[in-house]
Amino acid sequence: MSVDKQTVAKIASLARIKMGDDELEQMVPELNAILDWVEQLGEVDVTGIEPMSAVIPNALRLRDDVVDADPKTGGGKRDAVLANAPAAEHGFFGVPKVIE
Amino acid sequence: MTDFTSLGVKAIRDGVANGDFTALEVAQAFNAAVDAASALNAFIVPTPEQAIGAAMRVDAKRAGGESLGAMAGVPIGMKDLFATQGTQTTAASHILEGFTPEYESTVSQNLWNAGAGMLGKLNLDQFAMGSSNETSHFGNVSSPWRKEDTNAAMSPGGSSGGSSTAVAARIAPAATGTDTGGSIRQPAAFTGICGIKPTYGRCSRWGVVAFASSLDQAGPMARSVEDCAIMLGAMAGFDPKDATSLQMDVPDWESALSSDLKGKKVGIPKEYRMDGTDEAILASWEQGKAWLKDAGAEIVDISLPHTKYALPAYYIIAPAEASSNLARYDGVRYGLRDLPEGAGLQDMYAETRAAGFGDEVKRRILIGTYVLSAGFYDAYYTQAQKVRALVARDFEQAWAQCDLILAPTTPTASFPLGSLTDDPLTMYLNDVFAVPASLAGLPAMSVPAGLNPDGLPLGLQIVGKPFDEQTVLDAGLAIEQRAGFTHAPEKWW
Repeated sequence: MSVDKQTVAKIASLARIKMGDDELEQMVPELNAILDWVEQLGEVDVTGIEPMSAVIPNALRLRDDVVDADPKTGGGKRDAVLANAPAAEHGFFGVPKVIE
Repeated sequence: MTDFTSLGVKAIRDGVANGDFTALEVAQAFNAAVDAASALNAFIVPTPEQAIGAAMRVDAKRAGGESLGAMAGVPIGMKDLFATQGTQTTAASHILEGFTPEYESTVSQNLWNAGAGMLGKLNLDQFAMGSSNETSHFGNVSSPWRKEDTNAAMSPGGSSGGSSTAVAARIAPAATGTDTGGSIRQPAAFTGICGIKPTYGRCSRWGVVAFASSLDQAGPMARSVEDCAIMLGAMAGFDPKDATSLQMDVPDWESALSSDLKGKKVGIPKEYRMDGTDEAILASWEQGKAWLKDAGAEIVDISLPHTKYALPAYYIIAPAEASSNLARYDGVRYGLRDLPEGAGLQDMYAETRAAGFGDEVKRRILIGTYVLSAGFYDAYYTQAQKVRALVARDFEQAWAQCDLILAPTTPTASFPLGSLTDDPLTMYLNDVFAVPASLAGLPAMSVPAGLNPDGLPLGLQIVGKPFDEQTVLDAGLAIEQRAGFTHAPEKWW
């Protein structure tokens, strides 16, 4: 499978990355070279093989269902959470107007 | 007077503990070395005052007769992928420029708790995506090494290129690295130092800027195997804040270290003998076999039949995870915001990400977005995950025949900066020998084997069973003792 400029524009839009015409043109052969190369995975017989998402067997743990079980990842950190926000206002993240 | 910058982790720690010198003297010497090495561009932000502060605390503890930690008095470099409270953390990107974490990553906190100090935040490939340290927003890192009789700037490898350069140039005795598909081992091999990626889950990922979460793993880079064992012991440990953290005790790798490999079987995978592999690398592999045999090990031929598919599977899985992980950079919560006059929310996202990400990062996000998109998910992503299962199964089957695997770390030695930047695929091939162990989550280490005819370092890679960092380190030590690699780059910076 290969991608054309229109497809790359669509992917860039899904990924929320603005790209000009020149950038899209440049990206088409680069992405196609990579996609051509990964195509070889199709040769592998994967009959009966389950897709692997976790490599080392490890059970998911549940933490105690209490507030602030670990204070570092608990609540009550509004100012710390907002400290690096480009536009924090009135204790919230500021964004451009989204509702007319 | 001791030249402190020639000392490694153990020598510094023991010297400070014995009162041969103070931690402060050591920190001052390394701060000066960092300051004088700006031509290497290894550090994004030096933090001399933090190195001094940590050293003074260690000296005061010693004066007070208190017990000292495993890294007490050792100033280290911190890859700028680890969140450090109060110190800018960028992942070498523009989108995180100026980001000052309100919290400390678990791994860095563990190191400070063990008595280490921070010389600064080390340069890297942007978001750890690269194999040459040429994708950083803060400029290329130069290797301290040069080809004999030339002046061309060479790649320190990537993504932990600031780490490898700093340790090889003796401006840090050790540094943290992270390895997603070779980012500790390949730069270690390029610069003639040691580096180990432990079993996936040994080191907490909490506070490490995420690239591909099912692969990312932190580890130490230093000039000796023993120094790596000490530092890995300080970095590793269970962390409830990381859902994939291993709930296991951390063995005392340092004290159990032994280069006696009697009874161990070393597997030599035939599929790693690939076209295009440098002759000098193949020769060093043969030499490595002889060294391990000399250490008492038995050499056995093994097969890892899916080796050639590991790299293409990686270049689907890692970008897929990256495209998801990097969705968080939206110009709202932290980092850069690019909001043109009158623009709406969606425009702000797209403008911010266009301005904030470098070309390689964009390329990988696009690949990841594409392989996860409706209609292509099964053909690419699910298929890659199945191939990953087969790569992991190859290793499981190999463990029936051997206890560890010996292979080259890289197919070539370092290359001049700029020589591969127009060709992403050739660049990706740097990690062809490193990626299989990453996909399988296995502990793997690179140790220096010697110099090639151009005078550039070559590394040998040891891959071990899950949780068996000890055997990996032991074999590393056996190679180190026999290789007698004492070469250092000639100072030009």
